Amino acid sequence: MSKPLDQMTWQEIELGAILRTPGSAREYRTGDWRSQHPVWTKSRCIRCGVCWTVCPEPAIIQEPGGYFDMDPDYCKGCGICARECVTGCIAMVPEEE
Amino acid sequence: MGHREGMEVSIAVSHAVQLARAEAIAAYPITPQTHIVEHLSGMVANGDLEAEFINVESEHSAMSACIGMSATGARTYTATSSQGLALMHEILFIASALRLPIVMTVANRALSGPLSIWNDHSDIMAAKDIGWIQIFVENGQEAFDHTIMAFKIAENSNVLIPTIINMDGFILTHVVEAHNFVDQDMVDAFLPGYHPRHTLDPKYPVTMGAFAMPEIYTEVKMKHQVTLMNSYEHIVKVWQEWGDRTGRRYQPVERYKTEGAKTLLLTMGCLGEVAEIAVDELRAAGEAVGLVKLRLWRPFPFADLRQALAGADLVIVCDRALSPGGAAPPVLAELRSAFYPLSSRPQMLGFIVGLGGRDVSPENFKDILKRAQEESSHGPTQEFYLYGVRG
Repeated sequence: MSKPLDQMTWQEIELGAILRTPGSAREYRTGDWRSQHPVWTKSRCIRCGVCWTVCPEPAIIQEPGGYFDMDPDYCKGCGICARECVTGCIAMVPEEE
Repeated sequence: MGHREGMEVSIAVSHAVQLARAEAIAAYPITPQTHIVEHLSGMVANGDLEAEFINVESEHSAMSACIGMSATGARTYTATSSQGLALMHEILFIASALRLPIVMTVANRALSGPLSIWNDHSDIMAAKDIGWIQIFVENGQEAFDHTIMAFKIAENSNVLIPTIINMDGFILTHVVEAHNFVDQDMVDAFLPGYHPRHTLDPKYPVTMGAFAMPEIYTEVKMKHQVTLMNSYEHIVKVWQEWGDRTGRRYQPVERYKTEGAKTLLLTMGCLGEVAEIAVDELRAAGEAVGLVKLRLWRPFPFADLRQALAGADLVIVCDRALSPGGAAPPVLAELRSAFYPLSSRPQMLGFIVGLGGRDVSPENFKDILKRAQEESSHGPTQEFYLYGVRG
């Protein structure tokens, strides 16, 4: 993006407000929305990747050992991963004050 | 030049779309728009028009398909009416926001309920804020001419705003009139191919229809507002060029016998020709009355109207729609807003006529003029009147 959104004037808007830069949604950190976050119990995780598949954001990262964790910048805390986890190894934990 | 031929106005409009070489059409049939798209569908099936015709299951889908086709760079046309326009409502805003120069005929018809298939302007007045250019026509010739011109206006690189041609349902769409046609060479010279500024092209990917954060939504709307207001000069230029080529000249605001008129009627759409008869008769009887016809509804032609109504003491605005619970019917409300900042302005009275297909005769217009002048002389008892209502 040529300029931060909050500095663009109306004259600088592209025709039809199209975006020429792919992936610009990455600039918007949806992690700010979160009131709870997923916590994996590794001893029960079978590394099947269902959580990674169902995450709508996607905000689940596979770590080098094959286990999964959330991406704090983008996880909204929706809880779908915990709901769908095959072994029930994901718990949704409230954000600390 | 082309030939002169009598035919149903809807069919003439479909020939105008053919002459404009529309490349993509998606439409759902609805009375009284049906004949237009029926004939276009036949032309495509018979190979008389090289276009993609997509049959869809609703008007919501029709406008969605038009957006997709226009986004690929195709010259795109559709037509609808009443409930159909209402059903495509949310998509209409997207077409204009994406700046896709779709041309649409709206065969104006009352909205349900109660269910009515007959003519008034309640459909388009419920869609006045969709961000499209909106033009009203009065007879078959105008419907034909403005359909071709609409593509040139919408596709102008300084405009790129979808455009609606409003034509009254049945009382215009279904009448047989003589039309002066233009030949294909003339239309090709007048209306070159559409060259979009950007399209859906995998080689140069862009995102169309991305969401806008609060930081940018206002700026996007401002750009649209400025472009729509500035489209005025391009609309007038296109009409001028058409006039030079055909001798048929059009203005955003048309005047009929307004010289020295102290009382003016104001109409939109084909009731203008009925009002002309009333004005002729009253003029012959020595009354200083005239008629102003509003052709360009969006962008609203402030300067033209202020000029056209300048000499009048009383302006009688004939709306074809009610704004339930509102301050005034739509056209009257707009006019009053346009004149409020002026130190000197005519008195404006509103008469809502012809709802749901009720006939409006020259006698009705004479009666309206008489009643308005009476109301004006002793101070109006109401802000506007629902003309002819019983009880």
